[in-house]
Amino acid sequence: MSKSGTILYLDGVSRSFDGFKAINNLSLVLDKGEMRAIIGPNGAGKTTMMDIITGKTKPDTGEVFYDGQIDLTRHDEAEIAMMGIGRKFQKPTVFESHTVEDNIVLSLKGPRSIFPALFHKRSAGEQRRIEEIFSTIRLGDKRHDLAANLSHGQKQWLEIGMLLAQDPKLLLVDEPVAGMTDAETEETARLLKEISKTHSVIVVEHDMHFVRELGVKVTCLHEGSVLSEGTLDFVSADERVVEVYLGR
Amino acid sequence: MISGKFFVAGADRRIAITILILVAVAILVPVLNIAFPPDSALHVPSYMVALIGKYLCYALLALSLDLVWGYCGILSLGHGAFFALGGYAMGMYLMRQIGDRGVYGNPILPDFMVFLNWKELPWFWYGFDQFWFAALMVMLVPGLLAFCFGWLAFRSRVTGVYLSIITQAMTYALLLAFFRNDMGFGGNNGLTDFKDILGFNVQANTTRSALFAASALALALGVFVTWRIIGSKYGKLLMAVRDAESRTRFLGWRAENVKLFAFTVSAVMAGIAGALYVPQVGIINPGEFDPANSIEVVVWTAVGGRATIVGPIIGALLVNAGKSWFTGVLPEFWLFALGGLFVFVTLFLPKGVVGMYDQWKAGRGHRLKAAATGDAPPLAPVSPAVESARAEKGWQVPSGGPEPAAAE
Ligand SMILES: Nc1ncnc2c1ncn2[C@@H]1O[C@H](COP(=O)(O)OP(=O)(O)O)[C@@H](O)[C@H]1O
Ligand SMILES: [Mg+2]
Repeated sequence: MSKSGTILYLDGVSRSFDGFKAINNLSLVLDKGEMRAIIGPNGAGKTTMMDIITGKTKPDTGEVFYDGQIDLTRHDEAEIAMMGIGRKFQKPTVFESHTVEDNIVLSLKGPRSIFPALFHKRSAGEQRRIEEIFSTIRLGDKRHDLAANLSHGQKQWLEIGMLLAQDPKLLLVDEPVAGMTDAETEETARLLKEISKTHSVIVVEHDMHFVRELGVKVTCLHEGSVLSEGTLDFVSADERVVEVYLGR
Repeated sequence: MISGKFFVAGADRRIAITILILVAVAILVPVLNIAFPPDSALHVPSYMVALIGKYLCYALLALSLDLVWGYCGILSLGHGAFFALGGYAMGMYLMRQIGDRGVYGNPILPDFMVFLNWKELPWFWYGFDQFWFAALMVMLVPGLLAFCFGWLAFRSRVTGVYLSIITQAMTYALLLAFFRNDMGFGGNNGLTDFKDILGFNVQANTTRSALFAASALALALGVFVTWRIIGSKYGKLLMAVRDAESRTRFLGWRAENVKLFAFTVSAVMAGIAGALYVPQVGIINPGEFDPANSIEVVVWTAVGGRATIVGPIIGALLVNAGKSWFTGVLPEFWLFALGGLFVFVTLFLPKGVVGMYDQWKAGRGHRLKAAATGDAPPLAPVSPAVESARAEKGWQVPSGGPEPAAAE
């Protein structure tokens, strides 16, 4: 397989925890500009895969390349984030004691060292960017509320907004609609489709309605490796996938 | 949200008032001590000047701890070490000012070195005859130690209890080191019998008053600097690291550098506090490195209220006033009282005195508004969501940050 033209390239990646293989010879390729849905039962290794891509966990073996040539295993979380990979956690993680707006401000693309932050004054460009993000995630009327006071779904959106503020090339979105109402789920699908027009995206999700809504290529993980890959109809017709999901 | 803006205004006003009070105290107390005769009702006795001056240094130490503990969740149990190092740097200057007026009359060597039969001044005592050099060391030595210590600890991602334990180990190691005579810092007895500071007799009333004023002004400056740091984007980042460190990393921030900066600034503040403390109490000895001292600082800060800037100052003043009173009346019970106070505050006043006051204010604001509009009074001034989010994090992570709706 060629790495050129890919935004993400995983080949033969394995990682075990105390002898348990959470990721087992996993290979996965994402083209530039592609959105991919990843499904798979609990414990399939979806979150661990994101940990490996974002530098939180180092793989035991295998190649992990970003943008065709950058070896991600040689970099740490902050470096990888600065290279343009943004990540939404499975459990929504925002800065609860800050306002919604400050959450975005802390995420905005820009220098990441201490002294610029000490003497930082908001520029007109930044203000414009903040407004753009608020119009995308539709939380503008909550901007002065503490993030702690948002509903679960709103926190998920805020976190997606924080990713956008980073201006990444690749977004990793872990279970964005967990705990959302149907209306919120639909809204989130709209939001992600919007984002995918200009970004490469990986979405991990269990909710099949939501995955159908996205209408993109699906990869099913099981026991740390790819079980099946293709359209949602193809994957959900795959006997092995049915077996994994329905139990044996 | 209007109440949010109100809070900011309220918090800023509180800082401004604190700074004003400190500046006023810096001027008034010395005037009342020097200009009014002892029999005047307005006279502030010299022992009070010395006592409160000492408390102000403690307050600056507590404020420095608040910067790292309150705003960044780093529970340092070794902040006394930075205070003591600043104190030793000042003590070395004061020792060299004694000159040939020591018991042994040696113009260069302090008495304890003559006593140990040393022939030459150790190299690390060079320069301490100059005030500017000593003043620089007061900041540089604690700052450098904190920088090196923090660089290693934060880079290795040591957090929580483990970090607290190694800070405690750091101050304990320094305690043992400074006890040794061959370290060249006066061993067990430390540095004392000071004569002059900047050419003025340290015992003189006017000098004591000047030191008092310097302490109050240093504290005012500390409040100002901390407030500016906290109000900056960096300050928000500091709290973000406290609340969700991994989130900051995945946004591209280097959490270790964020912590390192605060830790170093905090150590410099603690060092300055120690340097102002030593000439006022007239001695610095290894006892200042005692781990128990550092723990006391944590108690002051907790009592006053973490992540409030003003709280730790109030806590330091209150607890030390209590200590002075207690050790006069029931000396053997002080440690029990202190321990009990800590347990009480932890259980019932997790946000300290200032936090309790804010909550009471917010609650009253709600009740007044409710009475005016006829609504049922909401019981919780802080939304349940915030409370539960905070409760989950437990006691190690402070529940700082702006409170909503403090109707000031
Ligand atoms: N840091 C870790 N230490 C030990 N086990 C881990 C760690 N991270 C993940 N695992 C294990 O790896 C497996 C895959 O987990 P995860 O990637 O979270 O699955 P998914 O997100 O697909 O539900 C689980 O069995 C989990 O317990
Ligand atoms: Mg998961």
